[in-house]
Amino acid sequence: MARTLQAPVTVAFDYTRSTGPVLGRFFSGLRDGVVVGGRTSSGEVLVPPPEYDPDTHAETTDFVEVAPAGTVTAWSWCPEPVAGQPLDRPFAWAQVRLDGADGTLLHALDVPSPDDVETGMRVQVRWADERTGTITDIACFEPAAELDEVEDGATGEGRARPRPRHEAATEQSRPGETTADPITGIITPVELDYLYAASPEESAFYRGLAEGRIVGQRCPACHKVYVPPRSACPVDGVATTDEVELGHTGTVTTFCIVNVPFLGQKITPPYVSAYVLLDGADIAFLHLILDIPAEEVRMGMRVEAVWKPREEWGTTIENISHFRPTGEPDADFETYRHHL
Amino acid sequence: MRDVAVVGFAQRQMAEFDGSPTCVELLVPILAECYEQTGFTRKDIGFWCSGSSDYLAGRSFSFVSAVDAIGVLPPVNESHVEMDAAWALYEAWIKIQTGEVDTALVYGFGKSSAGVLRRTLALQLDPYTMTPLWPDTVSLAGLQARAGIDAGLWDERAMAEVANRSLTDAEKNEYAIRKGGSSVDELLARPMYADPLRKHDCAPVTDGAAAIVIAADDRAYDAVERPAWISGFAHNADALQLGGRDLTRSPSAARAGEAAGGAGVEVAELHAPFSHQELILRGELGLGDDVRINPSGGALTSNPMFTSGLNRIGEAARRVWDGSSDRVLGHATSGPALQQNLVCVMGAEK
Amino acid sequence: MSKQPAAVIGVGQTHHRAKREDVSMAGLCREAVDRALADAGMGFDDIDAIVVGKAPDLFEGVMMPELFLAEALGAAGKPLLRVHTAGSVGGSTAIVASSLVQAGVHRRVLTLAFEKQSESNAMWALSVPVPFNMPVHAGAGGYFAPHVRSYIRRSEAPTHIGAIVAAKDRQNALKNPYAHLRNPDTTVESVLASQMLWDPIADEDTSRSADSPAWIHGTVMRSEPTTAAERDQVNPQAGREAAAALWTQAGITDPLNEIDAAEIYVPFSWFEPMWLENLGFTPEGEGWKLTESGGTALDGVLPVNCSGGVLSSNPIGASGMLRFAEAALQVRGRAGEHQVDGARRALGHAYGGGSQFFAMWVVGAEPPAN
Repeated sequence: MARTLQAPVTVAFDYTRSTGPVLGRFFSGLRDGVVVGGRTSSGEVLVPPPEYDPDTHAETTDFVEVAPAGTVTAWSWCPEPVAGQPLDRPFAWAQVRLDGADGTLLHALDVPSPDDVETGMRVQVRWADERTGTITDIACFEPAAELDEVEDGATGEGRARPRPRHEAATEQSRPGETTADPITGIITPVELDYLYAASPEESAFYRGLAEGRIVGQRCPACHKVYVPPRSACPVDGVATTDEVELGHTGTVTTFCIVNVPFLGQKITPPYVSAYVLLDGADIAFLHLILDIPAEEVRMGMRVEAVWKPREEWGTTIENISHFRPTGEPDADFETYRHHL
Repeated sequence: MRDVAVVGFAQRQMAEFDGSPTCVELLVPILAECYEQTGFTRKDIGFWCSGSSDYLAGRSFSFVSAVDAIGVLPPVNESHVEMDAAWALYEAWIKIQTGEVDTALVYGFGKSSAGVLRRTLALQLDPYTMTPLWPDTVSLAGLQARAGIDAGLWDERAMAEVANRSLTDAEKNEYAIRKGGSSVDELLARPMYADPLRKHDCAPVTDGAAAIVIAADDRAYDAVERPAWISGFAHNADALQLGGRDLTRSPSAARAGEAAGGAGVEVAELHAPFSHQELILRGELGLGDDVRINPSGGALTSNPMFTSGLNRIGEAARRVWDGSSDRVLGHATSGPALQQNLVCVMGAEK
Repeated sequence: MSKQPAAVIGVGQTHHRAKREDVSMAGLCREAVDRALADAGMGFDDIDAIVVGKAPDLFEGVMMPELFLAEALGAAGKPLLRVHTAGSVGGSTAIVASSLVQAGVHRRVLTLAFEKQSESNAMWALSVPVPFNMPVHAGAGGYFAPHVRSYIRRSEAPTHIGAIVAAKDRQNALKNPYAHLRNPDTTVESVLASQMLWDPIADEDTSRSADSPAWIHGTVMRSEPTTAAERDQVNPQAGREAAAALWTQAGITDPLNEIDAAEIYVPFSWFEPMWLENLGFTPEGEGWKLTESGGTALDGVLPVNCSGGVLSSNPIGASGMLRFAEAALQVRGRAGEHQVDGARRALGHAYGGGSQFFAMWVVGAEPPAN
């Protein structure tokens, strides 16, 4: 049997996230080139600051600036980075305990091989060229420069100056204290690619459409004809096995006129979205009604499929461009009332 | 508490399911097998509950179509959790405890291969400070493995032992998609993948579905001769914050195990998608060397997302049905690095 | 074995707005949680388990958000469940939480339903195109509008009924300090004049996207398929059967007179008359007459949606729980300005999917009889 039909689908959105005061303080710090942690009721400094204290559940208000350098406490190698990760060449993920913090921060560590990373090594922040108040303001971590390398200026722009270790204690920062407007929101794009596969029954339906045929399936138990077919008869829970070819005429059971535009919409409003009950089918499906003013469409109207030119056909119900009135008298209400 | 037993279990797994992400066509034969095993029909089932994830499928409401596999006219008492179906089993067990129903059928399904699982699961993290870096599950598990190695709690040899035993056991499991043990030395000779993890230390990406039937009191005897009576069922969660917790421990697993009362089990099916995680769980659940771990091969040999935990419970129950064990445990996990855990203890005695 | 009696002892909700830009997701949840705990006179340490309900993860772009929220919700170290039953989720979540108590497994359970729709766009999340299909899908409104048309035809209801409901719910919302849409100028005329979004559902007929003990006398959930040959999308069988089972559980034989307040899930105004029939408050085809007569107003025989309902606040995953919570507030006498005097028994109702998932409960001021 042929494979089921597949097509790519991308689910993507730039989520706009309001941060609230605690994360806002953390991100404001990053924008300003400092790393801010939060002190918990037990005295531990965690980076990023937890929004709520782990023990008292109160909102965190005690912010502490920590050093942009620290120690690797654990690492793993990422040999095949995926889209969106901080680096597009193999790198190490690391948990870094920044000087002044007790908890660790998770980020990427830019080293050429697993031989160049070890627990306990000293690393420092590599700041992004442009900082906007997000976690990616830290582009990644890198092995800490030795102190005498700093003056040589051998490193690129944006490289953090590591603090001499005796200075890397906590610096108390009053909440809300920051050099510019506090960050209150971030944008986090999420884009995921999927390969959508139709079920075997749906695939047969779409392949039929590619040949100009509308093929439904009948349930062996209740004998109802489903078009498009479901993967199982929803009443009996068994596979619908018998193919039934249907004609291209039917009745509008009910419909609505879509006036509202929205993101991702494919058809320009206003348009009539109608349930069409094909002659011989037991369920109706949604399609477009054209070749008649929207306000003249009515329940019970007889319609026929209008196909696109054959050379535009694919394995899709869009081969039928729309349904149009046949001009026959409307179907009697009783013939379709139990399909509403 | 009412006496409730696991009385039916059916599963299907494959590396890549050629069908829709709703998995309806996969569920129909699985449900049929449950009916065949138990002698129940769908009319005998009082409550239905499923576990799955919209993000795995890439669609909102992806679980809605799955009810077609049940046949839900006339309407049924039905619910759904966006978690591994082991937690759907918990919800069903609770429903029976309220006295409202006497039987339940729980199913899980997921087509991991529809997307890129390593990327999809990055959305399970903190959306402000972690997801924007897209940390993948293998890397996070690797951090946890490293922490244990550094602390001297385990080493790569211990991890390889887990993998070798699992791959060997999987040879007897018709459903496992990865099988074939060799030797610890041979496994250690294979190249590192995501240091400190080798490929065999990581569960394979798996599609699949499964279903379990539970019944109360005498109803259980209608279905099976030797019901697997649930003597304890508990779950617990830790905070997600990876930077604030000791990754070599899983306190929620310990709490769940203690609440479920797993002392004296002979067989434990542990949901450990990474080999070192079995070592953590053995410690947290207090399982001695005499306990048989994952006779099915476990998640390292087959790991259908949102069903794998349910499968552990089913596989454990089978050992009671076939008379080979009197007291067993099934475990499920959710979230990164063993953040959330569930334990179901079953036995031949009520 | 019979159920342990369970009761609602604390309710908290946020101020529902189109965009809550002052809080993170955790902050939004904590606002409601902190209020509920304060109302119950409890702290986090008193809670045995947490049940979270939320509609599709795509709305906020976080997979299984209860995982990252665990610490903020006080769930670290506790059992945590996440329910997702489409639009009815707020209701089914409350039912799962109550069954934990009724089963005798936990004594005090915190349950939360939330949606922070401003992180994305609800119409987008509901209308991601499916390959090979006809992209006529136009969000929830586009799905339900044809079935509203069917109801109007079957019942021969006059076309201004939807406007009566919209005006009533929006006016009720003025008495609810948490409601999202509080527009004192919503009248029947203004609703009829508003633009048709998905004819026959007009702009004012819709909601906007947005963010003592009451003893539980009965809880029921029922589901049916999305598409089936015998489905009645106007008067779904699952809703009818759920209601019948609920009245039996609660010992109610005359719902219209025995229920003092009803919070039912009406996201599009015409669903009020449709659900009145589906729930058995009126015979089939006559729901609109009760609405038209003023019977569902705050001073009517069956006050419906005194809180302003879903039409006035629709954070999708939370809306079901808001209905259940508002019903509880009524019998606890805590509904403030929108209190129905002397309410002793109230209905909370939620539905989801293609009118296929139903969750409902009856709460009362007295413990249940059985």
